[in-house]
Amino acid sequence: MARTLSVGYPSGMSDRALKERAARRRPWARDSKGAPRRAPPGPFQPGFWRSPLRGPWLTSFLGTMLGVLVLIVAATGLISQSSYQPQLQHNSPFGSSGVIGPLLALPAWSPSWLYAVTQGLHITVGLMAIPLLLAKLWSVFPRLFAWPPARSPAAIVERASLLLLVGGSVFEFVTGVLNIQVFYPWHFNFVRAHYYGAWVFIAAFAAHVLVKLPVVARAYRERGVLKPLRDDLVHTRLEPRDPDGLVALSPARPTLSRRGLMALVGGASLTLVAVNVGESVGGSLRRLALLAPRGRVFGTGPNDFQVNKTAATAGVVAAASDPAWRLRVTGVRTLTLSRRALMSELPQRSHTITLGCVEGWSTTQHWTGVRLADLAALVGAPAGASVLVQSLQNGGGYSQLTLAPAQLNDPRTLLALCVNGADLSLDHGYPARIIAPAIPGVHCLKWVKSLTFASV
Amino acid sequence: MSLFKRSYGASPLHLIAHLAAFAIAAYAIAQIVRGGTVVNFIAWFVGAAFLHDFVFLPLYSGLDRLARHRTRGRRGPATVPVINHVRVPALISGLLLLVYFPLILGLAERRYFRATGHHLEGYARNWLLITAILITGSAVLYALRVRRAHV
Repeated sequence: MARTLSVGYPSGMSDRALKERAARRRPWARDSKGAPRRAPPGPFQPGFWRSPLRGPWLTSFLGTMLGVLVLIVAATGLISQSSYQPQLQHNSPFGSSGVIGPLLALPAWSPSWLYAVTQGLHITVGLMAIPLLLAKLWSVFPRLFAWPPARSPAAIVERASLLLLVGGSVFEFVTGVLNIQVFYPWHFNFVRAHYYGAWVFIAAFAAHVLVKLPVVARAYRERGVLKPLRDDLVHTRLEPRDPDGLVALSPARPTLSRRGLMALVGGASLTLVAVNVGESVGGSLRRLALLAPRGRVFGTGPNDFQVNKTAATAGVVAAASDPAWRLRVTGVRTLTLSRRALMSELPQRSHTITLGCVEGWSTTQHWTGVRLADLAALVGAPAGASVLVQSLQNGGGYSQLTLAPAQLNDPRTLLALCVNGADLSLDHGYPARIIAPAIPGVHCLKWVKSLTFASV
Repeated sequence: MSLFKRSYGASPLHLIAHLAAFAIAAYAIAQIVRGGTVVNFIAWFVGAAFLHDFVFLPLYSGLDRLARHRTRGRRGPATVPVINHVRVPALISGLLLLVYFPLILGLAERRYFRATGHHLEGYARNWLLITAILITGSAVLYALRVRRAHV
């Protein structure tokens, strides 16, 4: 059976002719006496790899789909980075984004759910891409053992870039996947490493796409884009032998057709999405999110929805429940306002706003409170001011941050006091919290202590 | 063939594209290194790829080979190889474990509780449940296919 599969290569070259041509082309594959250098045994031997499915078409097809998903994940990741407004004080866990990026930003008029959508896509599409990445790496795995390791300076350069590409992609997926599960077995700062790691990946990815585009185009031209998916198991044949040596020299009998492999990869992708996406979409889908970190369904009370960082964790239980709490608002003048004053002396506004977490989950609730712009006017904040928001939390991540002028002036940006018609619970930010449209959820600071308006 | 292509082995564009990529990557890595913990970062960057290439891939290929050997001959009707009915549930279940092991094994209980106010529970059960559904579904499908092939 194996023999019948290895005949009839359209390239029309015998094994021997191919080997001789290869030897002529790469003099460094010969030792000082002119005899061909032998590859070490095992995986370095061309006959070691036996899967009849490997070949340029398979790798091209997997690579095309993976490439599309990677572009979505990269774009939404860059959007998220800019949504943190890292150039403003206290907003980024590692300072500004340096000279590269952020390149993409959401417009100020975005619907409130837009960040939840882009970040939900970042996580969902990222999960979806994992089976494709694994299949893609599997499809080119024999290349890791190509012998000789490099046939030209160009090959050395390409191998170095592949280290960045494979290392970068696996690093990004591993750190991202562990981050959504709040598991941090490393010492570096996740945000910094995930952001700059992405640039390593994107750079190597761009070079890889550029260099491989002709190979992909040729594979599609010769085999058709979708045609190989028509073959069932009985009609699954080897691809014609390729210069990169992806096609097996001594193939095993196929046990899976190419479309079977794609169904497996696609099925794995859909499963990963199915068990997670409910935490992003919400509603009744949340019950299906069997493995999502934030798939828990809460009760039906006004405050029964996902919490990020409890009041106990933030160490604010005593300060936040203290009846003597006053909000300190500073502009040209300083006011201290009680919760009662905020509720009875200022116009109350209500908006349905979706909070989206950078970890991909979201929650849509109906919030009521005072417009931040009204508070700014009350203390005579200068036009174009930004606002420093400080919480009762004493130090630690996101105990204070800055909202940009556009965010501050958005009529939907509230200092929220109530949710779904009830007072905020302690875990949701009582006595008052920021609610703003289309920004990372963690920027909707809870347990607000003071607002300081100042020109940037 | 130009002199450049002969000595370098590819077009100048190849070299330019890669040099640009190296420059961006070098800058990005320098920014990560600036945050300290250089050795830990490099260990994770290289280690992740190493783990995939020399542990993970050989492991699943080996298991697949083992499964193929164990199921050889048990083909039933020629068009219904049993191997894929083992492969599919095993690979998907294994993938779910690979992705969600921190939740399934309860590795970040303290941090999870501090973030959500709830204990890490139910994930191992849910994973086993999904695995059971996958295995059962695959077995039922196999039985149906065999029956259809016999009719």
